[in-house]
Amino acid sequence: MSAKKTILIADDSPTMRAMLVSTIEMLGDFRIVEVSSGFDALRLLPREKVDLILTDINMPDINGLELISYLRTNSNYLSIPVFIISSEGSRKDIEKGKLLGANEYLIKPFDPARLQALISYYLCGTP
Amino acid sequence: MSDQGTSHKAVKEFLAEAEEVVEQLGSELADLADLADGGEQNPELLNSIFRGAHSLKGLAGMFGFSDISELSHNMENILDSLRLGKINLGQGLIKVLFGAHELLTSLVRSVEHAGADRTDEIAACVSRINACLVPPPEKQPAASPLQRLGLPERIIGALTEYEEHRLLDNLNRDRNIYNVHTSFELTTFDEELAQVSDVLKTCGEVISTLPSMGGNMETHIDFEILFGSTRPLAGLQALFENNDIVVTCLDSAGSKPAGTASSLPSAGGFIESRPVDAVQQSSSAALEAPWAATAVSSTSDDAARSSKSMSRTVRVDIGKLDELMNIVGELVLAHSSISGIAVRMRNEGFSCMSIDLSKAAKVLERKLTDLQKGVMEIRMIPVGQLYEKMSRVIRKIAREQGKKVELTFIGADTELDKLIIEDISDPLMHIVRNAIDHGIESPGKRTSIGKDEKGTIRISSYQKGNHVVIEVVDDGNGIDLDKVKAKALQKGLVADIASISDRDALDFIFMPGFSTTDNVSDVSGRGVGMDVVSNNIAAVSGMVDIETAKGQGTRFIITLPITLAIIKALIISSAGRIYALPITSVMESLLLTDADIRTVERKEVIQLREQTLPLLRLEAFFSTTRSTERPREFYVVVVGVAEKRLGIVVDDLLGQQDIVIKSLGESFKRFMGISGAADLGDQRTILVLDVGGMINETMRVGH
Repeated sequence: MSAKKTILIADDSPTMRAMLVSTIEMLGDFRIVEVSSGFDALRLLPREKVDLILTDINMPDINGLELISYLRTNSNYLSIPVFIISSEGSRKDIEKGKLLGANEYLIKPFDPARLQALISYYLCGTP
Repeated sequence: MSDQGTSHKAVKEFLAEAEEVVEQLGSELADLADLADGGEQNPELLNSIFRGAHSLKGLAGMFGFSDISELSHNMENILDSLRLGKINLGQGLIKVLFGAHELLTSLVRSVEHAGADRTDEIAACVSRINACLVPPPEKQPAASPLQRLGLPERIIGALTEYEEHRLLDNLNRDRNIYNVHTSFELTTFDEELAQVSDVLKTCGEVISTLPSMGGNMETHIDFEILFGSTRPLAGLQALFENNDIVVTCLDSAGSKPAGTASSLPSAGGFIESRPVDAVQQSSSAALEAPWAATAVSSTSDDAARSSKSMSRTVRVDIGKLDELMNIVGELVLAHSSISGIAVRMRNEGFSCMSIDLSKAAKVLERKLTDLQKGVMEIRMIPVGQLYEKMSRVIRKIAREQGKKVELTFIGADTELDKLIIEDISDPLMHIVRNAIDHGIESPGKRTSIGKDEKGTIRISSYQKGNHVVIEVVDDGNGIDLDKVKAKALQKGLVADIASISDRDALDFIFMPGFSTTDNVSDVSGRGVGMDVVSNNIAAVSGMVDIETAKGQGTRFIITLPITLAIIKALIISSAGRIYALPITSVMESLLLTDADIRTVERKEVIQLREQTLPLLRLEAFFSTTRSTERPREFYVVVVGVAEKRLGIVVDDLLGQQDIVIKSLGESFKRFMGISGAADLGDQRTILVLDVGGMINETMRVGH
């Protein structure tokens, strides 16, 4: 690989973001961009080349489903893999997210090993 | 614990966030309860509370705090049912939610010190929550009317379960459903969108906001806002001057057969209204929505500011700021030694270089002052943060006691050192609890004595010189001074009632174990007396004063220094020892001889203008011995906090200096009259005197 892959994390909880970051950092050398709301993600996307998006569903301003819907109707972002990271209570919303085109979902508290495996699979092509 | 290895730092981060979430949950719950009292509901508020519980659960789960996770999970559950309209919000449920929140708060607080097993408590709370989960009889028709609404699939597909519920609820309330299409530039969309949302919120409910592709993807972004309102289409369109905003009616309540809310129009046709020319429409817009224009202009600033403050704040450990402040303090000391060198050089004949060095030192001094000010400002937070927490507690207590209390806060933006704010939170809360518990009368009694049924508590804060004053004023019953005097007599504190002035009587209130109420109530009588309040305030070099009028109310006046971190001090010497006195509490100093001192009731006093001023000798106060002879002429430094004055006898005044107070640690806390130590810069360490504590102690011994 020539350039580092960029992972975008959208979650309004700084602690949750920190946990995601440390999980990803343990896996390998990625560029990680964090945002705390859907708006920030929308703002950032045109400026950054993002290779993978991890998003929460419950966020201020626009939620994760709305973000996914936007990504999947926009040719520039259509092919970016999206993982939903949300909790058990949002099962129905997670189902919807999958219909909208999310690639994977993880239930909080998520299993770090599973997240790492999924990231490797989507970004490096190795399970 | 999770296998990510929960480091201490991570736990700290978790705690900081969890505390914030819990705090916000509490004030939102109080708002919710208030609204419910008035028979209102606010879906947005409810959703925000749900989100709070939801994120707390997720966090606690990741960190393996199963207690917190379990409790917040159950709260989230019931809040979810509430927001989805599966159950109704009643007084019983509000009480359960408050209870759960209280337990949650205490669980979060006890994370750091692994305490007693709370499993039973949590289990009890959870079962109370679950008891409320019984749903009311099914009233929703099974078939979702959403499909028949003819909403674009793209919008429906991205609705969360909650948003779907809100849409249905709006339909059931016979509101029109609109799609507001907007287009913004990518650089400013959030502020502009917030403006639009704010305007919309004044006349209906924003159900969802879906971003979509704009005409030019690189520069623009479009949004479809799903919006429910009773207003007609023309009225809404008139709200927006911007031609990029197109309001479309998706479902109009008027088009339905009367009476049946759930039956929906069979044709999901779009009734579209092209944006109307703003000028042409302006007169009717002014009639229909005279507030619209002002709403837009006033929200634009706020929106810009709030979105900025959200993304532009940094959370910093106060310890780091302390370190920074220490470094600044050391720089100040380094500067004074440079100035000292300049003076020595001049004396030794290097006048040219000395002038240059003095100049350089002056520049350094100015910049140091700026730096010091900057660091100080970072530590300052608005007193308003305390108020939020307090208003929650006040409303809760008032509710519990069946009293009606109206709260007003004045000067919430007055700033105080973060550490001081933390330390006065408890005492302030205690004073306010007291005001409700003992001050404000029951609504019945208030009406019978011609007062408004609602009692008022006013908490105001303002800056006064180098101090911040916080006043808590209630219009309750006042403190019964006769009762206080009788109690003092009964406790053997005084020989006869006639000899006690009202002023003295108020001082008794701050004595340990002094309480006039015979039966201890649940609220303020938790074994914590006013003495603890006054000690806690004295610990941050503050002072508390009371004014009271029987039947009219009580005023507590708390005077606090703005910061404790770095202060100007008067350096004094007494009996061969050097001390620092915070300059903010020094009123004046007098040069006296023994002849000026009189003795009243075996206590030394001097006559200062019309007042008799009690004196304090440091060697007696600290029980140290004097190796040198007392000077014939000596100084009395008059110190005071709030309305209290005391003269401290010192041998000499050595000058003024900026000092950084360093804490002596827990083990020295019990020594009255010392607030810390400071470095003088010439390798001498001196004690910093705590004026508030000394005054308190002297007054106490005096009785």
